[in-house]
Amino acid sequence: MNTEEILEQVQEIFHDQLDDESIVLTSETTADDVDDWDSLTHIMLVVAIEKHFKVKFTSKEILSWKNVGEMMDCIIEK
Amino acid sequence: MMISTFKELKKNLKKDSTSLPTIKVALLGDNATQFLAIGIKGIGIERGYNIELFEADYNQVERQFLDPTSELYSFNADYVIVFQSTHKLLSAYNEKALGSQNDLANERLDFIKLMCNSTQSRLIYFNYPEIEDNVFGSYASKIDSSFTYQLRKLNYELMTLAQQNSNLFICDIAALQNKFGRDMMFDSSVYVTTEMILSIDAIPYVASRTMDIISAAQGKFNKCLILDLDNTMWGGIIGDDGLENIQLGHDLGIGKAFTEFQQWAKKLKNRGIILAVCSKNNEDTAKEPFEKHPDMVLRLDDIAVFVANWENKADNIRKIQSVLNIGFDSMVFLDDNPFERNIVRENIPGITVPELPEDPGEYLEYLYSLNLFETASYSNADTDRTKQYQAEAQRVTMQKSFTDEAEFLKNLDMVSEVKPFDNFNTPRVSQLSQRSNQFNLRTVRYLEADVERIANDDNFQDFSFTLSDKYGDHGLICIIILEKKNKEALFIDTWFMSCRVLKRGMENFTLNTIVKYAKENGFKKVIGEYISTPKNKMVGNHYSQLGFSPIESDGQNLYELDIDGYINKECFITNK
Repeated sequence: MNTEEILEQVQEIFHDQLDDESIVLTSETTADDVDDWDSLTHIMLVVAIEKHFKVKFTSKEILSWKNVGEMMDCIIEK
Repeated sequence: MMISTFKELKKNLKKDSTSLPTIKVALLGDNATQFLAIGIKGIGIERGYNIELFEADYNQVERQFLDPTSELYSFNADYVIVFQSTHKLLSAYNEKALGSQNDLANERLDFIKLMCNSTQSRLIYFNYPEIEDNVFGSYASKIDSSFTYQLRKLNYELMTLAQQNSNLFICDIAALQNKFGRDMMFDSSVYVTTEMILSIDAIPYVASRTMDIISAAQGKFNKCLILDLDNTMWGGIIGDDGLENIQLGHDLGIGKAFTEFQQWAKKLKNRGIILAVCSKNNEDTAKEPFEKHPDMVLRLDDIAVFVANWENKADNIRKIQSVLNIGFDSMVFLDDNPFERNIVRENIPGITVPELPEDPGEYLEYLYSLNLFETASYSNADTDRTKQYQAEAQRVTMQKSFTDEAEFLKNLDMVSEVKPFDNFNTPRVSQLSQRSNQFNLRTVRYLEADVERIANDDNFQDFSFTLSDKYGDHGLICIIILEKKNKEALFIDTWFMSCRVLKRGMENFTLNTIVKYAKENGFKKVIGEYISTPKNKMVGNHYSQLGFSPIESDGQNLYELDIDGYINKECFITNK
């Protein structure tokens, strides 16, 4: 799976979890760029991404991401 | 019927729930409760309630209860939910001085007692799913200062405390962890990043268990279990396979799954759940195993209504409903056939139809997970319920042989015992208060603690009525609570009656009793009120029919009856 495919699937998870089809993600997107992306919805997104890609992030990883790109790097690594 | 996901529950919050009845709920936790709050509100909407939630700030359980001016007290909740987690209990244990660890459970219990005594609200307290720190391994059982020992003691003593405090309800989330496992209940990364103890997958189940208690206390719970027969109650098809070849019994093989399923149904029946049968079969064939099969756990006298024919099941369930006279929303229908389940689900609004797993070996574990029969009260009278419905079927048969209503009533030899509330009937009074929906003039629900309070309050006069006839004893079936408004007027705060005794003249007997009391105590009039609910249309004209006159008032349906000149109404019930 390449970065583009992962980004597309992650974006779909964002649409689904935040119930907002208009969200467009890039590697540089941060929580400030997306309306409903706060510390609480963040954990919903993380759990949904874990389930979708069948991976498990460490707490340290979850707290370290600065943008969508870093999160995707983490998915690719696993 | 599946439990919604957290995402779905969250979505529910966007719906307009303002038209639903509102319940005020306070939520306090020693861990982050934001998701639980969303879950409870979301599941509330699915159960037909608008939950007005006060969520205390993080870790404020003690402050909210100990400070008399706290938001908790000014909010004045109907229900207070307290979630003190095993995690924080373990931290408290870890910080305790050596030698004082065996006080852990008692100290926590003292605080819970304090909570019970500080609030008039109903308290829903989460028990403690286990964390094994394995400091002692299995040997912890022998060490009363071990965390395992203290934790289990605490869970046990919580049950004792709940027996003593009728306003305290334990929400058994430890049972959820037993069912789903700790790895499902707890997600370390969720905990580390958010301070939430429950995983996102666990939230809907915990919220649902909590709402089960609230719904039951609000009078919404399941009363009847309707069972299919072939491949639901036994393995195989009785009409094709014959009595000897259906699968049932404790030998090796699938038969024991059905036996254990029947044992579960039997326990429910003994607890007061009405069992009915709805099967596509010839009636004789369908009844044969109940009469002759040595391994049947359920027998015909366990079944209140038995319907076996070739008509469609939705119609048959309507037939069962007409005998039992309870709402479809208090019925559960179990059938192995997805087609029948869909027909019933689509045609009978409100009925619960679980998606039974394909493998009968999995029926029970699946049914356990649904917690279908939560209750907020229990009394010994529950165990006789099946007998009462069977007697009702006999009365229906006898009534057909009388053309004259009065003749029929006279022949029933009805006797009623009228008594104030006492220690013996309090559980049943409270229970009936939660069960009665149709014949209930004001639908004010009273728990046991409320009943005790009213019984001891001189401003109130209460009556309980039993009714028995030559076919059997209905037990306690009608409750009156009168409030002494002033020297002249008695207000009927509560009048509800079991629908089992409709059309027996019990209304007349009850009113005669009220008026007799009013006369003897110098009151001049009796005032009644009707508060309309979706379920009590039956008594919309109750007071007019009894000769009360409407009183002009803003938005209230008030009626009054003058005591002078009241002539006792005809009835065929004798005072015991």
